[in-house]
Amino acid sequence: MSDFPKSPYTTPLTPRRRGIIIGASTGLGAALAQKLAGQETSLALVARSQDKLEALCRQLNASGGYARAYPHDVCEYDKTPALLRKIVAELGGLDFVIYAAGINLPPGGMDKYNFENDRRMVEVNLIGAMAWLTPIAEMFQSAGAGQIVGISSVAGDRGRVGNPGYNASKAGLTTYLEALRNRLTRHGVHVLTVKPGFMKTEMLKAAQGPTPFAIEPERAAEDIIRAMRKRKQTIYTAPLWRWIMLVIRHIPSFIFRRLSF
Amino acid sequence: MNLTTRFAQLENFGHSLKATCYRIKIEKTEDLHEAFQLAKKYGLTVTARGTGISYNDVSLNGGGIVLDMSGMNHILDWDPASGVVRCEAGVTLEDLWKRVEPDGWWVPVVSGTMKTTLGGCLAANIHGKNNFHAGTIGEHVTEFTALLPTGALVTCSPKKNADLFYAMIGGLGMLGVFTTITLKMKRIHSGLIAVDAWHVPTLRRHLSDLLEHAPHYDYIVGWLDTLAKGTTLGRGQIHAANNLKEGEDPHVRETMKLSYQHLPDRLFGVMPKSLLHYLMKPFLNNAGVRLINTAKYLASLRRHTFRESHAEFHFLLDYIPDWERSFGRGGLIQYQSFLPKETAEDAWREMIQLSHQRGLPSYLGVTKRHRPDNFLLTHAVDGFSLAMDFKVTDKNRAPLRALLQEFDRIVLNAGGRFYFAKNSETSAETARAFLGEETIAKFKKLKKRCDPHGLLESDLYRRIFLVL
Repeated sequence: MSDFPKSPYTTPLTPRRRGIIIGASTGLGAALAQKLAGQETSLALVARSQDKLEALCRQLNASGGYARAYPHDVCEYDKTPALLRKIVAELGGLDFVIYAAGINLPPGGMDKYNFENDRRMVEVNLIGAMAWLTPIAEMFQSAGAGQIVGISSVAGDRGRVGNPGYNASKAGLTTYLEALRNRLTRHGVHVLTVKPGFMKTEMLKAAQGPTPFAIEPERAAEDIIRAMRKRKQTIYTAPLWRWIMLVIRHIPSFIFRRLSF
Repeated sequence: MNLTTRFAQLENFGHSLKATCYRIKIEKTEDLHEAFQLAKKYGLTVTARGTGISYNDVSLNGGGIVLDMSGMNHILDWDPASGVVRCEAGVTLEDLWKRVEPDGWWVPVVSGTMKTTLGGCLAANIHGKNNFHAGTIGEHVTEFTALLPTGALVTCSPKKNADLFYAMIGGLGMLGVFTTITLKMKRIHSGLIAVDAWHVPTLRRHLSDLLEHAPHYDYIVGWLDTLAKGTTLGRGQIHAANNLKEGEDPHVRETMKLSYQHLPDRLFGVMPKSLLHYLMKPFLNNAGVRLINTAKYLASLRRHTFRESHAEFHFLLDYIPDWERSFGRGGLIQYQSFLPKETAEDAWREMIQLSHQRGLPSYLGVTKRHRPDNFLLTHAVDGFSLAMDFKVTDKNRAPLRALLQEFDRIVLNAGGRFYFAKNSETSAETARAFLGEETIAKFKKLKKRCDPHGLLESDLYRRIFLVL
């Protein structure tokens, strides 16, 4: 990867932020990389697919950004600390991290069960996040600065009939991020939980049934970057989902368990 | 060692630059060995940091290791008979003068703040208001020891390892890490210093007064009203001071006491000075500074002579604690240029006018008289320096950068030089232009010899020297 330029230096008059996006090759992660690359930010892009990552980096670097590809499977937990140290050294520091890696493997119907799929989802969506965010939280707490962004989902707000494993992984992530926020706010670290509704990405194909209010990932990326700037705690994207989920979260169980969504 | 719990966000003096690094506390030379081993193990780079009050990125190392040298702060030997002192590198000027002053000695060269460490002072090869005759601090060092990344502990003096002596002093920590430093102090015969203050109405007078009066004084420094225009451009005030000779101070016993060298922490005996920077903040804009500068200039019209303590005269930057905070969220940067005495006036006139045209005036200007020295990466010239402080805001970054690039061009054309401890925006091309190929080649050769694996890197090193 020596053909990539070294991360540009920072001066008081040319400040740069340095960040990692995990799950950056497609969908929301890639959209975030596109938007952030133009904003004086040096990016480390992490995902499984080397080809996609490198193509994205080439495109971003050609248009004046700085991005570097780090192929990695978030389930290889043991490899995370060394990779993180390498990334921080090559970026020249670390100001934020966005955990956008996520998979959705539905069991295939209301009466179907699939432990393998559920385990995969928890491993990627939750344990992968813990593997990355544990050392980063420790670093940011020590530094008294930094931003952690976790891409959870509206699906984590309630357990529904369609996809228990996915709901559980995202509920776990939401709670994990909340706990990090409660730990880290007092140390000056900002933790943002993002709960997207439907987005027009590959993951949408996995969704069963109707997918109302689906938005382009670029729009969600803009919402997230704005929320990072304003240091919000939790956002829904599209924002309409805040109100939809307010209603859904308050549906009593005796009704909810009779519904089929 | 767990590096994640040593992650730290470090800043420069002006709070205009932040870098996240792994900070490792150093208390003894063995800790340095360990830190180098750790860096090699993890493939990280290393830079040393004293109290972290350089104006720029010399003690920052984003994503790498920063050695916090402030714990290596013992004065090892002090001989009041000869005035020779041997210190660890993390000893600050404050530690040092407080030790030697009661015995009738003063640090031969000091910065405007006493918070700097000796290691940092040597790395930058600082100068003071007496640069025109005393030279830089390096000229008062009789010997130092430093740990090289190769693991060798070297002893250097003007006679022994002279090439390293003249390169590591002013070498910005890129060749090795200072461990102990031996310096010769300067005799004083009073705790007081006699100061003359007078105004200079134009830039020409300003510079000619510095030039003509310097030989008659131990110290000379000018304040320049950076907002004055037209015929008054460059006006300001000169402060020149002499140490008292033996017998000139009738109360020498009293004034030599440490308690006499005290900077008051309250204004008018009431107002805590630690709060003063909040009051200054509303004035830190073009209109406010114009008002203050005009008032200051009018007050300077009366020529006066007075005596004050050494600490009060030398450490003006410590007079108002945290004053740099009054520059607001974006912080401040300093642009200091060193120009030959023949070209200084025209170059600075052009620069000050340009800053007015662009609506980006400096808020503080300080002038000094200099002479050349023998150090490899020297910033000195036979001439003057002008240090200009600029406020940084989200809106002025791009135009200020363009302005400073024009400044660089003007200074280089006028045969000027720059000081790496101050300017944060100096590019590799600018550095190449004033250092010259021969100096760069010498430096690179030494770098290869002292640090073959490139372990010592700072943000400054990456900004300039790595790409030279």
